Amino acid sequence: MLRRILVANRGEIAVRILAACQRLGIEAVLAASEADLDSVPARLADRTICLGPPPPAESYLNIGAVVAAAAAAGCDAIHPGYGFLSENPGLARACAAAGLVFIGPPAAQLELAGDKLAAREQAAAAGLPVLPGGEVASAAQAQSLADGIGWPVLIKAAGGGGGRGLRPAGSPAELAPAAGQAAAEARAAFGDPRIYLERFVPGARHVEVQLLGDGKRVIHARDRDCSIQRRYQKVAEEAPAPLLAGPLRAAIHDAAVAFGSRLGYRGLGTVEFLVDPGRGAFYFLEMNARIQVEHPVTEQVCGLDLVAEQIALAEGRPLSLAQEEITVTGHAIECRICAEDAHGRPAPGTITRAVFPAGPGIRVDTGIQARSAVPPLYDSLLAKLIVTGDDRAAAVTRLRRALAACEIDGVATNLPQLARLAGDPGFAAGGADTGFLARLTREAAVAARG
Amino acid sequence: MNLSNDDIQDILRLLDSSPYAEFTLETSRFSLQLRRSAEGDWTQETQVLSRPVAPDPAPVRTDPAPGAAPAGQPAPPGETGAPAPGGPGADLRDIVSPLPGTFYRAPQPGAPPFAEVGGDVERGTVVAIIETMKLMNPVYAGTAGTVAQICLDDGQFAEQGTVLMRVRPRDG
Repeated sequence: MLRRILVANRGEIAVRILAACQRLGIEAVLAASEADLDSVPARLADRTICLGPPPPAESYLNIGAVVAAAAAAGCDAIHPGYGFLSENPGLARACAAAGLVFIGPPAAQLELAGDKLAAREQAAAAGLPVLPGGEVASAAQAQSLADGIGWPVLIKAAGGGGGRGLRPAGSPAELAPAAGQAAAEARAAFGDPRIYLERFVPGARHVEVQLLGDGKRVIHARDRDCSIQRRYQKVAEEAPAPLLAGPLRAAIHDAAVAFGSRLGYRGLGTVEFLVDPGRGAFYFLEMNARIQVEHPVTEQVCGLDLVAEQIALAEGRPLSLAQEEITVTGHAIECRICAEDAHGRPAPGTITRAVFPAGPGIRVDTGIQARSAVPPLYDSLLAKLIVTGDDRAAAVTRLRRALAACEIDGVATNLPQLARLAGDPGFAAGGADTGFLARLTREAAVAARG
Repeated sequence: MNLSNDDIQDILRLLDSSPYAEFTLETSRFSLQLRRSAEGDWTQETQVLSRPVAPDPAPVRTDPAPGAAPAGQPAPPGETGAPAPGGPGADLRDIVSPLPGTFYRAPQPGAPPFAEVGGDVERGTVVAIIETMKLMNPVYAGTAGTVAQICLDDGQFAEQGTVLMRVRPRDG
């Protein structure tokens, strides 16, 4: 039974974890960088401890500082949130060495999920469909593999994930330089030069399954669709994934559980798939061994508190739910409100006003309020607007009105882009592919030029 | 302690049956303002007023973990100062940071820098990267000429408008 948790993160996810701790009667100490000592989560935490200077490498990414903060504050566990150290096996091991509970899966499972090639092999071994492709050690090998699987291909970094370290190559001429750059980049960014190729599937959707495991049993909390992306980063997500045939949806759920079961997974995790709706096919992409940014859409339709479940699993408790007890009611859509201008350029600064919608079917997860700083050193997510309706059409209607009610002053935001997305008939129809938002943005740019 | 989404929904249920279109609640810990639009939609403006509890001084720091970047040593302040007006640097053009962020001289760690002192640049030459909110923003020379001075160390933080480099414009 945990008594005091160190929350080693910032922004909306820190607020979200603090709320779960409060509900569970667990004390929460926030570990914040010098840039975040007066933030909303710092004001909400039972206590705040300084991790170090603002640059992430000296604070939120510094394993020594995080573990020392937990010890100094008398915590018995660390919740890493998402990003930063959340999938770092080094933190999980440092916690174990210091007698602290790491709120996440065991280090070995983090390692496997973090090695995208190893995860791909495990997925294939568990009987999951993977995209045609494989590891490549040289440009010549990449060439012959790509010729075999067909163009275009995506070059991926084994140490990457979450959209990082991806490079498309449409033809043999593009492949050799792209593979060389990808390997150099992967070595620099992830300390691991291994790259692999997979066939690029045009018109595909990104569907993921929420898993919960206690080390013995793995269950799923249905699916989410995260196809609305820009530069491989998710912008809007929804649950359940729209317009998936029943047998295909069930096969995706079963595949995710098979993968988690093979790992003997303990904790909260997400298995991501590429879905080719035209062919009714799906392929394993990767596993994220942490709480996801988009977890609220699942919470809204399944009636779960995923962070509370995650804490219980880290305490070593068995799953509190049977698979049959997880049901879906209604439809939820999340939009990520970010500090960026109309061209997608980041817009740090100070919030002067933050007005959000309120009412039935509306949830706002945020770490900002008037006078909050938006520091340039961290990511640009300001708030998540989550709407729920009886069905998808009701949720889309609610989303349009809710977005119109948002007013954030002081920094530029992507609210106009989100409003355009929510108002678009293609989005309203459902089932958009991962290229949809880029096309919508290009069309808007052309229209603006007249 | 903060108001949860459910708390706000509960308050709205009470207000929906009232004639009021605006509701303000302020305690020592938070303020909440709810407003009803002409269409009947509510908005919320909340403010956590509690002060953070005793932010302790940083605990005794252990060595940075493997994988964590080493802490950059800030350059002495004098080093980035502008040259005296009319001095030898008077004919130089400044390249300033377009955004606040971290200054990088090379596309990735270990790669050759974009620009070196004495190197030729064109107006559209990328001379550095400023990383802001995890996005890499290219910095262009803006002037054709020769790099005369690089004012920041790799990995140092730059405010918007900070002079990053100086370029001696090419004649003609």
